[in-house]
Amino acid sequence: MLLSVRKIVKEFPVQRGLLGTPTAFLKAVNDVSFDVEAGEVVGVVGESGCGKSTVGKCIVGLHEPTQGQVLWNNKDSVLLKKDEKRDIRREFQMVFQNPFSSLNPRQKIKDVLLEPLEVHSLLKPSERLTFVKELMIRVGLSETDLLKYPHEFSGGQRQRIGIARALACQPSLIVLDEPVSSLDVSVQASILNLLVKLNQDQKIGYLFISHDLQVVGYISNRVLVMYLGKVVEEGRVEQVLQNPKHPYTQVLLKASKGSSVALKGESSNPVNAPQGCPFSARCLYVEDQCLTQKQELLEVENRWQVACWKWREI
Amino acid sequence: MSELLSIQNLEVSLKNPLNDKQGRVLRGISLKLDKGQRVALVGESGCGKSMTALSILSLLPQPPMEITGGTIRFKDRDISHLTREEWEAIRGKDIGIVFQDPITSLNPVFTVGIQIEETLRKHLGLSKPEARQSALNLLTQMGLPDPARVIDQYPHQLSGGMCQRVMIAIAVACGPALLIADEPTTALDVTVQAQILDLVFKLTQQNKMAVLLITHDLRIVKGHADRVVILYAGEVMEEGTPNDIFEHAQHPYTEGLLASMPQFDSRGHDLASIGGVVPSPFESLMGCAFSGRCSKVKEKCRVEKPTFVVNETGHGVRCFYPSEK
Repeated sequence: MLLSVRKIVKEFPVQRGLLGTPTAFLKAVNDVSFDVEAGEVVGVVGESGCGKSTVGKCIVGLHEPTQGQVLWNNKDSVLLKKDEKRDIRREFQMVFQNPFSSLNPRQKIKDVLLEPLEVHSLLKPSERLTFVKELMIRVGLSETDLLKYPHEFSGGQRQRIGIARALACQPSLIVLDEPVSSLDVSVQASILNLLVKLNQDQKIGYLFISHDLQVVGYISNRVLVMYLGKVVEEGRVEQVLQNPKHPYTQVLLKASKGSSVALKGESSNPVNAPQGCPFSARCLYVEDQCLTQKQELLEVENRWQVACWKWREI
Repeated sequence: MSELLSIQNLEVSLKNPLNDKQGRVLRGISLKLDKGQRVALVGESGCGKSMTALSILSLLPQPPMEITGGTIRFKDRDISHLTREEWEAIRGKDIGIVFQDPITSLNPVFTVGIQIEETLRKHLGLSKPEARQSALNLLTQMGLPDPARVIDQYPHQLSGGMCQRVMIAIAVACGPALLIADEPTTALDVTVQAQILDLVFKLTQQNKMAVLLITHDLRIVKGHADRVVILYAGEVMEEGTPNDIFEHAQHPYTEGLLASMPQFDSRGHDLASIGGVVPSPFESLMGCAFSGRCSKVKEKCRVEKPTFVVNETGHGVRCFYPSEK
């Protein structure tokens, strides 16, 4: 298994007492488990504050989970020695949402792309420039762009540079955190085409994080739907998008097609998340049991799970 | 239906103060809204949709921008050359506006109640208790939970969706004939987005209010507009009913926009992307504005500018070689 996430919890202190000890926590990720196989595209979908980006950051090692394990190639990320960790982190790269703030404005693109090669001592120094030139062409930019600075590029082009930077490390998994949401639709399409091609040609796996169920549906093999730090539904894209079982997935699907949705209120505050089902405050099918009882993931079919005890009736 | 707003050949130019170069932001836009009609203005960033909205309200940043041509008529009155005082009587009363980012559009140092009451007292001359009562009614109507508590809260205590409901409450407080909604849901979550749009369109029916919905997202337009106007580089490229646009698009740009939307159903196929970028206002465009990115471009498109041709059903398109569907 390329990546295994085992029951991870990530808490952030939001309030501190007199002596600086945290007194209140925000559970951004609450007991999330999933696997990504080599070359697989797993989509993570949910609204702001549902913990999808935090999951992404835990995977590449930008956050350390409070509980649970992230296994890279079956090795626990926390237990690795520093050298081993650096080696293995090379394989898990990330592309960020905002292409304007994720590139150093004072660095030429050449240096942006050469840096990871130097850090990880990849290739011979004499071969690096040729590799970087090829990389630019692979992501649809030109060799001459290497001498430019980030401000000389449009949003779509910068996102291509971000992808090239991730590819420079020859990763086996890229975490893409909302890679297309700040782009115009026509540009969005060209970036998605590029990502699909890279996945097919080089068998790079993705964890594709987005709020847009249609985008996730377009690119992913499997999809995880998150709400307030919990996975509420997980399955193959065909299953989840054609026949969603969880009431939240059903609402998301409708909203993503532009139809009106029947829904109460807005996302609850993750600091005081509801006791029972996280979606209970907005769900139309809510019953007493939903408010008090924790929802476990129930199996619908093989590898298709839903965290709603009423899924058969809905 | 009678005409409420009519824009004829509106041109807005932009002057670069450093080198005095003139750029054209809007290159002759014509637009018409009837009473109670919902019109969606769609386009990518930089196509001039927000500038159209700001021109209607005379809120363009002047300088560097300037209206250089065309007329804007609202309720059979030319409103492009009104004085500041005359404008103050219209904005917020006859025309309401909702901006994209609700949290920055509200004043952080006043409670939402005061901000709603302000409009009511100024335009309708209500007394303080009357204004408060009607602010409460408005908040209830907007579907806010616990309006009696929300009315005394500050914007930072509310979520984005709640702030946007407050913004809409302010915009519709005086019963405007026209509501301009500039990307009202772009900053919000998808489920909240759907709720807000449903609210806006419930209000249009109740109050017989017309809406100009400005958005980059074609998907939300589908169920929420009577007419759709596709804008590109400061020009109207295509206009029609949602059925005309979604099922019988004639302009290559509209077709490109539709085909580039990623969908579950289009899995496994390459998405059609439109090459190139939106031309800058400072570029002088020869021929059709879209010719530089069009996949069906012919010689004529590069030298001659197509006119906007409207067929008998009211479906208009600016293209020499429109698709037949």
